[in-house]
Amino acid sequence: MKDFVSLTINGQKVKVLKGTTLFEAAKQVNINIPHLCFHEGLSLYGACRICVVEIEGRARLEPSCTTLAEEGMVVRTNTWRVRRARRMIVELLLANHPEDCFTCERNQSCELRELAYDLGVRELRFKKGRKYHYPLDLSSPAVIRDPNKCIQCSRCIRVCLEIQGVGAIDFVNRGGRTQVLTFFNKGLNNVECSNCGQCILACPTGALREKREVDEVWKAISDPKKFTIVQTAPAVRAAIGEEFGLPPGTLVTGKMVSALRRLGFDRVFDTQFSADLTIVEEAHELIERIEGKGILPMITSCSPGWIKYIEHFFPQCLEHLSTCKSPQQMFGALAKTYYAQKIDIPPEDMYVVSIMPCTAKKFEARREEMKASGFRDVDAVLTTREAARMIKEAGIDFVNLEDEDFDEPLGISTGAGVIFGATGGVMEAALRTAYELLTKKELKEIEFKQVRGMQGIKKAEVLINGLKLKVAVAHGLSNARILLEEVKEGRSPYHFIEIMACPGGCLGGGGQPLPTNLKVREARANALYREDRNKGIRKSHQNPALIMLYKEFLGKPLSDKAHHLLHTSYVSRGLGN
Amino acid sequence: MKIVLRNIHKQGYKGDIESYLKEQGYTALKKALTLSPSQIIEEVKKARLLGRGGAGFPCGVKWEFVYREKEFPKYVVCNADEGEPGTFKDRLILENDPHLLIEAMIICGFAIGAEEGFIYLRGEYFKAYQILERALEEARSKGFLGEHILNSNFSFHIRLYRGAGAYICGEETALLDSLEGKKGQSRVKPPFPTFVGFKNKPTVLNNVETFANITQILLNGGEWFAQIGSSHSPGTKLYCLSGDVKKPGVYELPTNISLNQLIEEFGGGVEGELKAVLPGGVSSSLLTPDKLDVIMDYFHLQEVGSMLGSGAVIVINKDRCMVDLAKRCAEFFDYESCGKCVPCREGTKRAREILVNITRGKGELKDLELLKELAEVMFDTSRCGLGQSALNPVRSSIEKFSQEFEEHILKKRCPLGICSLC
Repeated sequence: MKDFVSLTINGQKVKVLKGTTLFEAAKQVNINIPHLCFHEGLSLYGACRICVVEIEGRARLEPSCTTLAEEGMVVRTNTWRVRRARRMIVELLLANHPEDCFTCERNQSCELRELAYDLGVRELRFKKGRKYHYPLDLSSPAVIRDPNKCIQCSRCIRVCLEIQGVGAIDFVNRGGRTQVLTFFNKGLNNVECSNCGQCILACPTGALREKREVDEVWKAISDPKKFTIVQTAPAVRAAIGEEFGLPPGTLVTGKMVSALRRLGFDRVFDTQFSADLTIVEEAHELIERIEGKGILPMITSCSPGWIKYIEHFFPQCLEHLSTCKSPQQMFGALAKTYYAQKIDIPPEDMYVVSIMPCTAKKFEARREEMKASGFRDVDAVLTTREAARMIKEAGIDFVNLEDEDFDEPLGISTGAGVIFGATGGVMEAALRTAYELLTKKELKEIEFKQVRGMQGIKKAEVLINGLKLKVAVAHGLSNARILLEEVKEGRSPYHFIEIMACPGGCLGGGGQPLPTNLKVREARANALYREDRNKGIRKSHQNPALIMLYKEFLGKPLSDKAHHLLHTSYVSRGLGN
Repeated sequence: MKIVLRNIHKQGYKGDIESYLKEQGYTALKKALTLSPSQIIEEVKKARLLGRGGAGFPCGVKWEFVYREKEFPKYVVCNADEGEPGTFKDRLILENDPHLLIEAMIICGFAIGAEEGFIYLRGEYFKAYQILERALEEARSKGFLGEHILNSNFSFHIRLYRGAGAYICGEETALLDSLEGKKGQSRVKPPFPTFVGFKNKPTVLNNVETFANITQILLNGGEWFAQIGSSHSPGTKLYCLSGDVKKPGVYELPTNISLNQLIEEFGGGVEGELKAVLPGGVSSSLLTPDKLDVIMDYFHLQEVGSMLGSGAVIVINKDRCMVDLAKRCAEFFDYESCGKCVPCREGTKRAREILVNITRGKGELKDLELLKELAEVMFDTSRCGLGQSALNPVRSSIEKFSQEFEEHILKKRCPLGICSLC
């Protein structure tokens, strides 16, 4: 058994695999060592020093996150010396931290505040002296950076570089003057930032947050001239309950609808409707490309973080992108045309709000291309978190609400639309439709389990009409890069690739409740697949509202009208733009 | 007894290759090439030469670690980023006897199986940079450096790299990061550079002065060297004597010299009346006059609660205000902290603030307790030596000169009229 080492932690014997850190070893005896710069899924950094422990025979305390367990080690995680050090480190951080917890976005989810409380810091002995008043980075329509609240744990830097492969931010300057900045301090909107918001999920404090649009939405709701429409993305219903104390993975579709109606929206619709529409358009586009020898592989285009990423890093591959707009934007374009005509309300009086698990959607809604209706198709984008804040502000007892149904017709959706929210979901939904379109036969086994789950890159082959359709799914932009390098070099073996910017897909988006970790992502994914199973109709092209839409308005998939309203083009940004 | 400075102290010695060759230059290399790597390492181990950069790690052991590693390529790196306030010994060697360093690095490369070496030079040492550039060219043209050294199968190259002015880059792992083109910040240790060093390959990293002992060890034998100076840390040491002393300068003396001898016999005595000594630069703890008998080696200085460090002996007389001195030390570390770990980045900042406040008459007695606790926590938790030892002079001056601090705080008065208390 030479692959194991035995050690003692707080008097308890522990046996762990060689190479285990003390931090992990302590978990085995039910000890959670407090920490700040350690973050699930990221490289070890060892800089906050909160997780220090006492090791017999060592002159100093050692950080448990980077110290490996050794045979015979005697470790103590809760001694006077350890507690003193941890408290003082928190005190030091607080001495340099703004005291605006009351108005801080992260008041309820600040790890620094929680540590100060848990570690018993009840007095701040360091007088506030030299403090910094750095300007906020307000350049981005999606993500705001407040350097004054930054504790330099590097979690945002690491998630941006290691998980997303972007590297939009890094440390600049030395010592107490160190700051996390964009290249030449140009601002997030002027560098290669994808707006994915994973940095917000990684940030322990309020140094990173979404750009709030709550007040614009309140204004529209209370404006009697405005007809307000809200659409909700699939991933929101699997997560928003967490903001109200429900366990991750609680599906709250009905409560969410009822809460939004109580906020005063005139119509509560479902982005899943336009997700079904995206699938039908995209499946037709795929078939057209395969049969007409178009550019392959075709890559999905519904994740706006992914779109900005490819525009920066692989501009030469833009023709591989499906021209389909994302469900959010398809919805906006239809709401202000099809639906406006249907209910006879001038589109200029319509105000379309979307509730998204995503920060990049805020950027997408502002893109120049997104005005197919003649107006901005989507007027405001709220993250799941922002929507929850509004519900709280309105005093709605979310947990005890009765379930209500979406309004018709743009609230009708299928199981295929639901799973859009999880990595692999778009692929699975598209396969369900493409199979039936190509074979004209009913697909019996509709669950494509090979493309489900949290593995970074998933591959599958599906036999359709004698064609071996090769597909791949990537989530997290570092994984996307691997598939894109192949595409760029012309050696990609796939017909169809699904890419989502965020790990886990939309359910792990940068606008989702905190914490969003692997366990939470899995729970949310399970909830979405559960909803899919409970839906009567599980294939997008069978959505009755969609069939009506084509009949009444669009004609057929990929028609001129569909092209005008539902398809888009991309911008070659390159690096440094 | 001169080992490191034996050439420099000779009349008319110019430090170029001609002068160097006249003084047995490169004969150690020739001898080394006739030995096996393990024989060379054995000799260095027998000498019990301790690293002169400050940590005092046995040089031969370090070489042996790297020699035994199976990973290739291996690297030799010379830490010439001499940045500790009060330290100016490496500069003397770099500017006046560059071949002494170059020859030793080549020997090291041969011993550990490396083909490439780097000299990481303090950015401000521009004169040394020019001299080293020329010396490297001389060594190459004479066949001591480059491909097939002295017609052997051994090839070795040395590159010169200038730092950009950060004190932290004198810390070995920060130096390596900087050398790799990254921001200079300490790495997590272990693994140590001997196993995972430059470009994550096994690397010998030695100080200039450490290398400068190697040729004489090879020529005269490790046993000869081990008999010089104190038995704990044999050999000589370059002491940089500065501050309130009559004859400041670099003195090469056997390591069994006492602090008193150093100041009185060689430094010509204290300028004014002695108050305290920082025996190892601004990271060391202060010694009071009752400790003057201490032997100036790693072991004995540690025994009296201080350290030898890089050998920067700063003499302080009674005209100096200890609060002011503590404040200046804190200011230095606040400016030079790399900012990576919280205790050092935030701790040096707060220490500086508290001390500035005391010198301005805004201090409180409880500040002194807080500073002491901060010093202990920074020692306990900082990532590297910078933060671990940054408050040593602050803590020791509070402990040893508490009445001065109390006078500043309670009477709002600087007894020496140095601090502007208002």
